[in-house]
Amino acid sequence: MEYRSTLQQAYGFAFNLTAPPVVRSLFAVAMAFVVFGLLLLAIGRDPVEAYTKMFQGTLGSKLGLSEVGVKMIPFVLTGLAAAIPARVGLINVGGEGQLYIGAWAATGVVLYLGVGQIWLMLPLMAAAGFLGGAAWGAIAVFLRNWRGVNEVITTLLSNYVAILLINVFVFGLWKNPDGFGYPYTADFGTEAILPALAGTRLHLGLVLPVIAVVASYLVLTRTTWGYNMRAVGGNPEAARRRGIPVGTYLVIAMMVGGGIAGLAGMSEVAGIQHHLRPGISNNLGFLGFLASWLAGHNPTGIVAASFLLAVIIVGGDVLQFSGNLPSAAMFILIGLVLFFVLGFRRLERATA
Amino acid sequence: MSTFWIVLGGAFTGAVGPGISVLYATYGELITERAGRINLGTEGCMLMGACFGFIATVETGSATLGVLAAMLAGSMLSLIFAYLVIFRDTNQLATGFALTMFGAGVTAWAGRDYVDSLIGGLNPISIPLLSQIPLVGKALFRQDILVYLAYALGPLLWFGLYYTKWGLSLRAVGESVTVAFAAGRNPALIQVAAIAFGGALSGLGGAQLSLAFTHTWSEGMTVGRGFIAVGLVIFGMWSPVRAMAGAFLFGGAIGLQLQLQSVGAPVSPFILDMFPYVITLAVLALWSGAASRAMPEGLRTVLRGGT
Repeated sequence: MEYRSTLQQAYGFAFNLTAPPVVRSLFAVAMAFVVFGLLLLAIGRDPVEAYTKMFQGTLGSKLGLSEVGVKMIPFVLTGLAAAIPARVGLINVGGEGQLYIGAWAATGVVLYLGVGQIWLMLPLMAAAGFLGGAAWGAIAVFLRNWRGVNEVITTLLSNYVAILLINVFVFGLWKNPDGFGYPYTADFGTEAILPALAGTRLHLGLVLPVIAVVASYLVLTRTTWGYNMRAVGGNPEAARRRGIPVGTYLVIAMMVGGGIAGLAGMSEVAGIQHHLRPGISNNLGFLGFLASWLAGHNPTGIVAASFLLAVIIVGGDVLQFSGNLPSAAMFILIGLVLFFVLGFRRLERATA
Repeated sequence: MSTFWIVLGGAFTGAVGPGISVLYATYGELITERAGRINLGTEGCMLMGACFGFIATVETGSATLGVLAAMLAGSMLSLIFAYLVIFRDTNQLATGFALTMFGAGVTAWAGRDYVDSLIGGLNPISIPLLSQIPLVGKALFRQDILVYLAYALGPLLWFGLYYTKWGLSLRAVGESVTVAFAAGRNPALIQVAAIAFGGALSGLGGAQLSLAFTHTWSEGMTVGRGFIAVGLVIFGMWSPVRAMAGAFLFGGAIGLQLQLQSVGAPVSPFILDMFPYVITLAVLALWSGAASRAMPEGLRTVLRGGT
């Protein structure tokens, strides 16, 4: 009885929004883990064992932690790719495609502009990745500004086009002639590879999300641009009447978002894959979008949300490897996390 | 006859089959949106239908039970969406997208042991006389039962929306929840019903894909068809009959792609695979102005600004 009333109190505390947002989110995440655990129990799996393995495999070792870091890089970047457009009221569900185009552009630099020096090569690749992702994002926002097409549908569908575009190149023009027929480009030379920490896959690409988070935090909270973006997102008509160039803000926010997702693509090919191939992303961009929503489009919150998603995804790989669960099961857990976190954020939505 | 005409003719005659699964999802999303809610979980509902319809067919040997299971699975998933957006007031786009992720996870797991299963599924039934009409007869009237049902459902839904009490209530809620409430309707109940019905239709679309069109189940087999359906609702300006035209166009894009592949067109097959997405995007760009004016008022707060 005592136990039950405590549980009810905790539930009411979080449910009725008397708790601070961070506590409420943590409670919601815990609830998602409990429900997923019950689900495992229902189909005859041992949730305690699964969670133990999951947390030991991710947080319990240096290697596990480094893998969480590896996954956080693209999550944070594609999360920002959704969060920055969200500030001006745009929904960018195109992070996945923008990531692919960024990876494609960075690979193009390696294949066609082979310069020998790493200090020149990596920035060039990053710039190309940014521009590629930005250009891909621009399609959606121009269609919106000029033709009034909602960006949700265009960004969603352009993901599939981007994925196929990569296939066109890696199965065709860019296929490695020495690759035994596999759809890969030739391996990058060492000058085009982000150096990794000894014994892990955690690579120098880590600086990209760090810079991106700090820069977007500063721009969004400390500059007139950030203030104007909030105005555009809050009430575009009022912003227009105050002389803010709303259309320009929409275009720039979406292109910066797309560009940051493109950086994630560059970091994946230069830091992890070392060549371009199909399926380099495998939902990284979609998960980043969800990370942004978990965090209420707040740059620092995105870091926390990306950490959570990375633990779940890497933990899923651990469970798949040990034969406990297929890694796809983790999408169920992520879905539950979203349902609970969004559900506990009743009526106090951050933006959009 | 030149190859050009063979390809074009093939695209036309092949336009029906591939478009039907999308057409069901488009109907489902249309009903949901007419009630003032936009569900990006349509993709997940289609996957649920495709997967559980297939599993039920394998286990029971009955495609009819498979179709029913698919509708049930689709509507169960959409009820999660209904609860969250209506009673917890969550953001519809994020919730719908999370729903798709959730559905993808559930189906990838549940369907894992069924990837290589074989089924009888649903097979074409020729309609006497009609199927003998030159050129179009075979394309339109030698199809599976779900195709015929889809033909009938368009006009039926149109009639239901505009000429019945239920349709009026649904549209009223979609235009303004407050006004509908003041007029004595129960907006929450109507929206829950619309979302569940929409989910069932999306699940049915998934079942058409796995039971009738491909006769297989594979992980993530809908590859964005649910999202295309959301686009086709806009193209169809929230009218079930126009939605049929949209689905036919989408099917034509797939038909064209298959035809070009079979005659060995010197283009990368992946460029041909882009057709359905690019064509959907193109028609949205062309028709967006008119579509914007037809949008239910209740959707404007979600899809602010653009269509």
